[in-house]
Amino acid sequence: MATSRALLSLSRSLQPGWGGRLGSAVKVSGAAASSRRDKSTHTGQIIPPPARYGGRHTVTLIPGDGIGPELLNHVRELFRFSCVPVDFEVVNVNSSLTNEDDINNAITAIRRNGVALKGNIETNHTLPPSHKSRNNLLRTGLDLYANVMHCQSLPGVQTRHKNIDIIIIRENTEGEYSSLEHESVPGVVESLKIITRNNSLRIADYAFRLAREKGRRRVTAVHKANIMKLADGLFLQCCKEVASGYPDITFDSMIVDNTTMQLVSKPHQFDVMVMPNLYGNVVSNVCAGLVGGPGLVPGANLGSDYAVFETATRNTGKSIAGRNIANPTAMLLASCLMLDHLKLHAYASMIRSSIFTTMNETQLHTADIGGQGTTSEVVQSIMRNIQSGGPLTTEL
Amino acid sequence: MAAARSVLSLSRILQPWSGVTGGTVIRPVLCSRREKTTYTPPPAKYGGRHTVTLIPGDGIGPELLNHVRELFRFCCVPVDFEVVTVDSSVVSEDEINNAVTAIRRNGVALKGRLLWVMFVLGVCSYLIMFCNSSIHYYYCVFCSFIAGNIETNHNLPPSHKSRNNLLRTSLDLYANVMHCQTLPGVQTRHKDIDIIIIRENTEGEYSSLEHENVPGVVESLKIITRVNSLRIAEYAFKLAREKGRRRVTAVHKANIMKLGDGLFLQCCKEVAAGYPDIAFDNMIVDNTTMQLVSKPQQFDVMVMPNLYGNVVSNVCAGLVGGPGLVPGANYGKNYAVFETATRNTGKSIANKNVANPTATLLASCLMLDHLGLVDYASMIRKAIFKTLSETRLHTADIGGLATTSEVVQSIMREVQKTGPLTSEYI
Repeated sequence: MATSRALLSLSRSLQPGWGGRLGSAVKVSGAAASSRRDKSTHTGQIIPPPARYGGRHTVTLIPGDGIGPELLNHVRELFRFSCVPVDFEVVNVNSSLTNEDDINNAITAIRRNGVALKGNIETNHTLPPSHKSRNNLLRTGLDLYANVMHCQSLPGVQTRHKNIDIIIIRENTEGEYSSLEHESVPGVVESLKIITRNNSLRIADYAFRLAREKGRRRVTAVHKANIMKLADGLFLQCCKEVASGYPDITFDSMIVDNTTMQLVSKPHQFDVMVMPNLYGNVVSNVCAGLVGGPGLVPGANLGSDYAVFETATRNTGKSIAGRNIANPTAMLLASCLMLDHLKLHAYASMIRSSIFTTMNETQLHTADIGGQGTTSEVVQSIMRNIQSGGPLTTEL
Repeated sequence: MAAARSVLSLSRILQPWSGVTGGTVIRPVLCSRREKTTYTPPPAKYGGRHTVTLIPGDGIGPELLNHVRELFRFCCVPVDFEVVTVDSSVVSEDEINNAVTAIRRNGVALKGRLLWVMFVLGVCSYLIMFCNSSIHYYYCVFCSFIAGNIETNHNLPPSHKSRNNLLRTSLDLYANVMHCQTLPGVQTRHKDIDIIIIRENTEGEYSSLEHENVPGVVESLKIITRVNSLRIAEYAFKLAREKGRRRVTAVHKANIMKLGDGLFLQCCKEVAAGYPDIAFDNMIVDNTTMQLVSKPQQFDVMVMPNLYGNVVSNVCAGLVGGPGLVPGANYGKNYAVFETATRNTGKSIANKNVANPTATLLASCLMLDHLGLVDYASMIRKAIFKTLSETRLHTADIGGLATTSEVVQSIMREVQKTGPLTSEYI
């Protein structure tokens, strides 16, 4: 691994000067290095991107629309304050443009850096259908097949249900989000939902491995196989096959309508849930609502080579943009997930514990959880907590 | 209308003898005249009694529908039940086709979720003369039936279609209406919920069109058509206007399924333009479910395609207290089917006398409303609400210890106390 890393760094440092002629050689060594990396990820471990010169990581930052830019500014402010060794490469994606150059640039940047932090890019659904969702393009282009959301009741936040702890693993690339639609006869639209064996096995395997890592007891597959017999039937079958290889973890299944009803009345019965794309969308939003709203839950999109972190419910928050009332918790917790991914655990836990301390103070709650605090007040309080509890920081 | 009815009765009497001539000339005229007027309930049969098809279904369906029959007999409701059982484990579709025929004949039915089919025709002899499947053809009448849910065993091959689905599509029951209200006496985390959910019932993700062109790659078709979307939107706005509702919300996922849900949304917008007194907005399904869980009081009437309707109606049912409390209705142009809103079979609690009969009983009240027997409906409904407010009569699903029969007995006692003459026994 060290040699491949060295090779990569060498190839990258050579690239600007020797672009053309050595380009192919660079690509060859790059390819060799990445294939070796691919082989090690097949054993199941996600390898963090290598540290750059000076021991600092570079992370792609995609501000997005709505509240994304302001919250990500706060993240940068906080990282700078806490002296986190992460630099951000900002890539702007303009969601109103119809050509796909912006998003392709973003994808290239993420391939280069390996890790990204992103705000939601708005999809204007009045544009023609050829204009694909930018977020979707990102996920499929980077093959971020697993969307993981850990739904936990946060201390200090008043909710109707207490002590919820559910991990939701959602297939992120296929299913209903394949954007394959056609209107063969005027007035009749057919929308294709694709389920493949490979992807279902992959996501099921990911779910069980994660459950085992985190010491979870039970995995529930959510489906609608009584109606979509072939599609969700295939998904369910793949989950069962993978489950047989993990005898220490119980596996059961539940139909999506019953699941949502149970979530609303008795959410404590769920442990880890794995499901196709659309059900994952709905179920993760229900769970986010249960623990206090979209401003509190971070989400991670993981692939075999790349990882993108964002808020779990992917809200743009257009109506509250620029007003300093958005809840920064979800984005800050997402950045902690990113730090964990980069193996900077000390920084991650430091920031996380100060977020929770701030959560406990009701006067610092933002409007979405029933308080009157502003975004900047919350962030300032987090920074104060870090300063009082943590190591040397920059001046406040 | 009275003239039309008398002519109809006359034509029915004449029918065995008249053959093709006189009868057929009169009937189409009657048909067209009736279609122009607003909805009329199915005509009473001889003796002023209606016949309703009863499909017991599986799981808790049979026992709950028995309670319904017991209650109706006790309250002297002028409804007779024609029981048609459907065995969902049998591969041939004959039995469900028989059920569909019976429904077409009677127009009204009560249904449990279908698992077993044993065809039992329990119909009075004087009705046999009129139990001619061509009758529905001769008078354009709104037919309805009450059904229990038929279980769909998803281990059977995909060619074995869901029986409930077959029923809905053959009778073209295009609108599934669920009125979600917080019931008095039931403890829930949210109060004052009053949402009407209108769900497209025949197309969308439930078209059962799937294929595996390449091994390991399954394509499932979700169909959205302009005609059906306009129809359901029209139904939603009409219902909202009838009930004096202020706002209709369309639930969709048009940011991802641009053509499919985009078409649905566009149809809703077109119909909304014709109802300026009703506010129309739309919301993406994931945001909707999140809002439902935190602030359900913001919703008034919601209209949506099939799958989202399934999920959203289950979320709402969970919010008001569970699957045992909410009735549902499936309406078509000519037929209507009443059942519990969340269509649960309840296999694990079958025959244990612990099931909550409220949903099925309220569904039967909806059926009585549909038949025009509004007095009976409100009498039974009042008795149900009175019983619900007594906590010791709550069944296990809403946190109590009572049995199904205790609840039904209590409802019958309430009816006897406050209502008109009932039959003797309790």
